[in-house]
Amino acid sequence: MSLSVVALFSIAFFVILTIVIRADWKSNIALLAVLFSAGLSSYIAVKTFFGESFQEIFDGGYVFGTIPVRADALAGWFILLTNFTSLTGILYGRSYMKSYENQPGNLSLHFASYMINHFSMIGIFLIQNFLAFLCFWEIMTISSFLLVIFEHGKMATIKAGINFLVQSHIGVLFLTIGFIYISHHTGSYDFNAINEYSRSVGPSAGSLLFICFFIGFAFKAGFVPFHTWLTYAHPAAPAHISGVMSGVIIKLGIFGILRMLLLINMDYLAMGCIVLLISLLSGVYGVMLAIVQHNVKKLLAYHSIENIGIIGMGIGLGLIGLGLNNSYLTFAGFTGALLHSLNHSLFKSLLFFGAGTVYQKTHTMEIEHLGGLIKKMPQTAILFLIASLAICGLPPFNGFVSEFIIYSGLFNGINQEHILFSILMIGSVSGLTLIGGLAMLCFTKAFGIMFLGKERHLYHEPVHEAKNAILFPKYLIAIFIILIGLLPQFFVGIAVIPAGLFTAVKNLTGQPAEFFPLFQSISMSAFALILLSILLFGIRWLVASPNRLVSPTWGCGYTGPGAKLQYTANSFVRSYRKLVRPLLMMNKKEEKIKGVFPGPVGLQTNPYDRMEAVLIDFPIKYLKGFFNAFRFFQNGKVQFYILYGIIFIVLAIIISLIVETLN
Amino acid sequence: MDITGILLIIATTLFFPGIIIRIKSILSGRKGPGIFQPLKDIWRLFRKGAVYSETSSLIFQIAPAIYFSSVLAAISFIPFGDSPGLISFKWDFVCFAYVLALGKFFMIISSLDTGSSFEGMGASREALYSMLVEPAFFILMGSFALLTGYESFFEIFRSLHFGSYVSYAVGVLAAFVIVIIAMTENSRMPVDDPKTHLELTMVHEVMILDNSGFDLGLILYAANLKFAMYGALIANFFLTPGKEWFYSIPIFIGVQILFAMTVGIIESFMARFRMNHNPQFIFAVTSISLLIFLGVLFVTGKFIAA
Repeated sequence: MSLSVVALFSIAFFVILTIVIRADWKSNIALLAVLFSAGLSSYIAVKTFFGESFQEIFDGGYVFGTIPVRADALAGWFILLTNFTSLTGILYGRSYMKSYENQPGNLSLHFASYMINHFSMIGIFLIQNFLAFLCFWEIMTISSFLLVIFEHGKMATIKAGINFLVQSHIGVLFLTIGFIYISHHTGSYDFNAINEYSRSVGPSAGSLLFICFFIGFAFKAGFVPFHTWLTYAHPAAPAHISGVMSGVIIKLGIFGILRMLLLINMDYLAMGCIVLLISLLSGVYGVMLAIVQHNVKKLLAYHSIENIGIIGMGIGLGLIGLGLNNSYLTFAGFTGALLHSLNHSLFKSLLFFGAGTVYQKTHTMEIEHLGGLIKKMPQTAILFLIASLAICGLPPFNGFVSEFIIYSGLFNGINQEHILFSILMIGSVSGLTLIGGLAMLCFTKAFGIMFLGKERHLYHEPVHEAKNAILFPKYLIAIFIILIGLLPQFFVGIAVIPAGLFTAVKNLTGQPAEFFPLFQSISMSAFALILLSILLFGIRWLVASPNRLVSPTWGCGYTGPGAKLQYTANSFVRSYRKLVRPLLMMNKKEEKIKGVFPGPVGLQTNPYDRMEAVLIDFPIKYLKGFFNAFRFFQNGKVQFYILYGIIFIVLAIIISLIVETLN
Repeated sequence: MDITGILLIIATTLFFPGIIIRIKSILSGRKGPGIFQPLKDIWRLFRKGAVYSETSSLIFQIAPAIYFSSVLAAISFIPFGDSPGLISFKWDFVCFAYVLALGKFFMIISSLDTGSSFEGMGASREALYSMLVEPAFFILMGSFALLTGYESFFEIFRSLHFGSYVSYAVGVLAAFVIVIIAMTENSRMPVDDPKTHLELTMVHEVMILDNSGFDLGLILYAANLKFAMYGALIANFFLTPGKEWFYSIPIFIGVQILFAMTVGIIESFMARFRMNHNPQFIFAVTSISLLIFLGVLFVTGKFIAA
């Protein structure tokens, strides 16, 4: 029996088992199922890295045709990163969901969706038949929707879920158009048909096809301006789902784009410029809005957009490299994009898990209400700090490695023949720098206000450190974050295998010789930095006078400092907010002070996404008005509905008859 | 590997802040302290006891050490004339900027750690200004990478040669940009007044209000190191022709002294900007570095090729 069939049947078995078993066992079954399918798929994935290809072909009957299940290094890379995050996600989720054991039905649905979601993601990486791929894509979308709306009693959660479902399907629409177009012209459902077709029609038609697929997958990945669902769905979902969503589900979009890149023969140069510009926009716009968010999860959601932008910059760079036949650009671009996909899945899931722990202990996600948590939950705080440093791309953590690779490609690209590329590259370099700087502003705010200082709010119950079961998966992620930062040569060594697929598209030479010594030097400087810090700390221990006092914070002579006097998140970003005011949309409600003895007054600021206002809210307002004119159709009488059906059938027959006679 | 550069930078820190202070006191007609006074102050701080805020946590304790070592690590990337820095690889300037950013990150969160009503203000400003100034540095390095065709600190400075009048202009502008970057990163005069006594108008000083003893000494000495580091970057523009040490070392020291005097003169004759003018000033630096980039495009003949 083939591996895929085994996996399919065992998942079905596990789903049924979850539904019938006791409430406190459901999570264990989910863990078992994820472990099982992760083990099976990792086996396939690891084999691809050693050059062994995996292929199984099924007969899908009259509807599907043959369904090839193929694995290459690209699929292998994404399978491995998906497995890791899904595993840590369920390890964390098991403990996170403990408090919901009084809702067994809801819990069964949740854990069953989790397993199906994981399974369908792996299917997406492997299946290369249009129709089967779309089916798995749909299963993945619906199961993610079910995962997001776990707390469906809340209005905001249901709204976020439906927003996600609708926007995902607009993406599916674009994918379907692309697939139908190709199968109409080739008569085949196999992915290889895309390659054959695009080679036969030339690069300009191929580019159009790529744009169609890019938009479809960009909805999933969250490129600006297709990002608006993301900032609602992430905060609404339970923490482990947000982590998995941001870590791997949006990476499915990246995977799809990369897969299409391998298959479609297009105008690489023009497409590269488009992808690079869109990514630059996503990166800068995402982080610009992230800074003004005061809900931790929403802030992290905007950072997902930023990081998708960075990954996209790598892809754009690689495409330009392919267009210019420059092997270094191609190599650096795609290696950077792949490695950043992994890195982002690590630190973003760690951040979401950290935020989830904070939420469980304090029952709030408002940054302004938190504070001083490092003393109550030191391990959670340090883990959050590690992830914050990594997401800012600071050495010696993993984010730096992938950003460095992309920087190296951009700087290499400055030296191109044509002035246009020099300008594009220098623009991208400053964009990436700006993203880094803004991310630093954002995460100093998030970490500093959430975990440091004094409590800004009275918590309902005493806050204490999370249980080991919650901390364990987080440590697991943190270990990888630090390992990639300290020993990048090893991980880059794996990432270059899938990246090699892209250089092979144009038969460019493989990896440039100067690539690996670079990472040894980075590793060396990372170790040097750590050693220096430890050494200095030791010297401080030896030299500094043991005479240490503890006293209140300096208050400029004011001796009654309280928690309310502390700097707040809003004031921390005030000067930034004023600087970029023309670009953002801040809804401000301010009550004026009136009279000699004024009553209580308030000030409320509410950041809103300008793109959402223009691209989503504005059209919806007018569409609603337009469609309202047709409301009389929906009158609730069954007879009318049957009449509509008959009219439709008659029209369909008449029109086809007319067309036939005309021909 | 050659540690002459690092030793020279450390040697520079001995007199650099002293020269600034001397210049300022001479220009304002005061007697002023001796050249080594700032160093003596730091030495005294190293041996003093410390007071920690009761609000602060572990972060506050480790931040100064990490900040200091980040500056030291950054210095190890700086080449000296014909010899590369301690660590040198392609695109090492990216690593240089990001290592410095790591130190800054820790200083910012350590100031938030005290839960003070002032220190967050300084932290917010420092985060904003350093974010705004960073693109200027990267555009500058990108321009040099384009001009020389090389992509590491060492190779860029080794092969930097001034051929035409335009490239002289580029060199002068680049030195100017680095001076401004150094002033911003060190929170000196046009952006921040280190001698102000009002917390509301401080940037860097207000962040370290609660640091004392050894930690404060480290932070102050790191500021000196940073100045010397940027001075070394400027000196590297002029070190290329002299291969022998008896040319390069005096040139290096001379440039550093000149740099210190410039800082002193700027601080004597300029007032600090209003806070909301600072971003505009820093944007101007970015646009100057863009000018440099355009100049380089002109020199390398790309305009004609297009």
